[in-house]
Amino acid sequence: MTRHAATETGMDALTHKQTKLARLARRVYRYRWYYLMMLPGLVYFLIYHYLPMVGVVIAFKDFNLIKGIWHSPWVGLKHFEEIFTSPDIYRTIRNTLMISTYRIIFGMLPDLLLALILNEIRVRWFKRTVQTITYGPYFLSWVIVYALAFSFLAPESGLVNTLLRHLGMNPIDFLTNQEYFRTILVTTDIWKNTGFGAVIYLASLAAINPQLYEAAVVDGAGRWRQLWHITLPGIRNVFLLLLILRIGHIMDAGFEQVYIFLNARVYETGDIIDTWVFRRGLENLEFSMATAVGFFKGVVGLVLVIGANKLAKRFGGSGIW
Amino acid sequence: MNTILYKTKSDRIVDAILYLILTLFALAALFPIYYVFVMSVTPIDVVLKNGGFVIFPEKVTWEGYKAIFESPVIPRALQVTVFVTVVGTALNLIVTTLLAYPLSKKQLPGRNFFLFMIVFTMLFSGGLIPLYLVVRATGLLNTVWALIIPGLVSAFNMLIMKTFFENLPEEIEEAAKVDGCGELAALFRIVLPLSKPIMATMALFYGIQHWNAYFQGIMYITDKSLYPMQVVLRNMLQAQSVSQELLTQNPTLIQQLPPETLQMAAVVVTILPVLVIYPFVQKYFVKGFLLGSVKE
Repeated sequence: MTRHAATETGMDALTHKQTKLARLARRVYRYRWYYLMMLPGLVYFLIYHYLPMVGVVIAFKDFNLIKGIWHSPWVGLKHFEEIFTSPDIYRTIRNTLMISTYRIIFGMLPDLLLALILNEIRVRWFKRTVQTITYGPYFLSWVIVYALAFSFLAPESGLVNTLLRHLGMNPIDFLTNQEYFRTILVTTDIWKNTGFGAVIYLASLAAINPQLYEAAVVDGAGRWRQLWHITLPGIRNVFLLLLILRIGHIMDAGFEQVYIFLNARVYETGDIIDTWVFRRGLENLEFSMATAVGFFKGVVGLVLVIGANKLAKRFGGSGIW
Repeated sequence: MNTILYKTKSDRIVDAILYLILTLFALAALFPIYYVFVMSVTPIDVVLKNGGFVIFPEKVTWEGYKAIFESPVIPRALQVTVFVTVVGTALNLIVTTLLAYPLSKKQLPGRNFFLFMIVFTMLFSGGLIPLYLVVRATGLLNTVWALIIPGLVSAFNMLIMKTFFENLPEEIEEAAKVDGCGELAALFRIVLPLSKPIMATMALFYGIQHWNAYFQGIMYITDKSLYPMQVVLRNMLQAQSVSQELLTQNPTLIQQLPPETLQMAAVVVTILPVLVIYPFVQKYFVKGFLLGSVKE
């Protein structure tokens, strides 16, 4: 009797599980067309994003192209030891952090400034024209921006050097001078991205309740007090969120831009982790070594971004996910 | 909005300063582009006469443009870039839409898993070298497809599109399904016609990306005849070699054209398409960008 009851409940659980599975299968079957639609995209992500994550194992092997990933011998942490005993890595980490920091310090304020000034302008066509013009550079490639910098800074024909010569000074080869390299990076970054950066602030400025300003005017607050007590508090959260996100991405110092502007004479101040990985990996074919550095950067970056997002949420912002 | 009912004198002075600063911002954005254009059309005698300092050339020449279009290098690079931009963008749109649409359905089993899988790629990647090895293993090296396939879907764009689909009214689709309309038909006949703004935004995001692409070119292409425009341009600026190659085909040009003229003509040719379509499409960019910052 007891045995019989036991089997019965067992059977019950089994059939319950089966019906649950069957129900899931039915649901999946019902949505089969959706899965089919997603297939090309999902396959893409598997091959070109997840397969490379598996490929990270070559950081722990002595990879060579002929033997392939699986037949290359394991070497444990050899490459990591080598990296952290060479002076190169510290130079690239230092440059990465410094360039990122300069970008944060000098790049965020022009965005904010432009947005705040645009926000004060009441003549609509003027505002719209300035906006359209200033965020145009965002859509130009870094190669183009480099070309523009080149037309200003080239030693022979550059505009700045022509001016210097006219003033009786010696021309300077800015683009191959390690003292100027970071300044040029940050300046061109500001030129390219300020107009677009202002868009984000403008959106949150537009969301400030106009009644606040009306009330302030009634209370006799002038322009500066309105700015201080209404406008700035209104965009404080966006500013903090952007700041935190940028700090989260501090390991990304702008690979494409730096690579395009870089030349051997400015490695001391301009060589960042990404450009080092690219050179050692694809030019010197030290695949394992370069992968190890890339992996190190990826892990640190992941921790920083997750941390930044947690921080952003704590600050009352909503984070990015 | 910011109602200032009457303006004091100091208000007017501040206003004047603000207008001046904005004008400077705008000039700073425009001047480099204008200057490059001037350099590309100024003949060498004018340059020499003015000591290299020309802002308003009294005489212009189009020889630089003629030279770069007569040589095989630039037209070939433009051909590659136009192909990648057109075909690449079309494939981007198709695959991104087919991924974003199902993922916009909250009741889809496994939706969260797939979303996590895609978002995670925005946070962590295997890095440059493993990606290169995968592209190599999939046989794309030295083909135009290396410039298209490895960037087939941008996770960020996919999320923007998914958000857009989620905000479409569900009733119309439901009604269509009751009428016996399948999922694919619903997507093509009902959803897509309602999605023109997002499709325009996405086409522009992807299109600009392809037009400006540089890295894929130097990473995956070693065959010079497949170099995209940005790579050729960077090489032209780096060494005089490409300019020399252009000039040796027409030695008389060396007398009239400084190498900068050719370089800057190539720059203008690369900027021009962006510059021409930009005023028409810029409002979509902003809309799309802000849309992306709206989370569910």
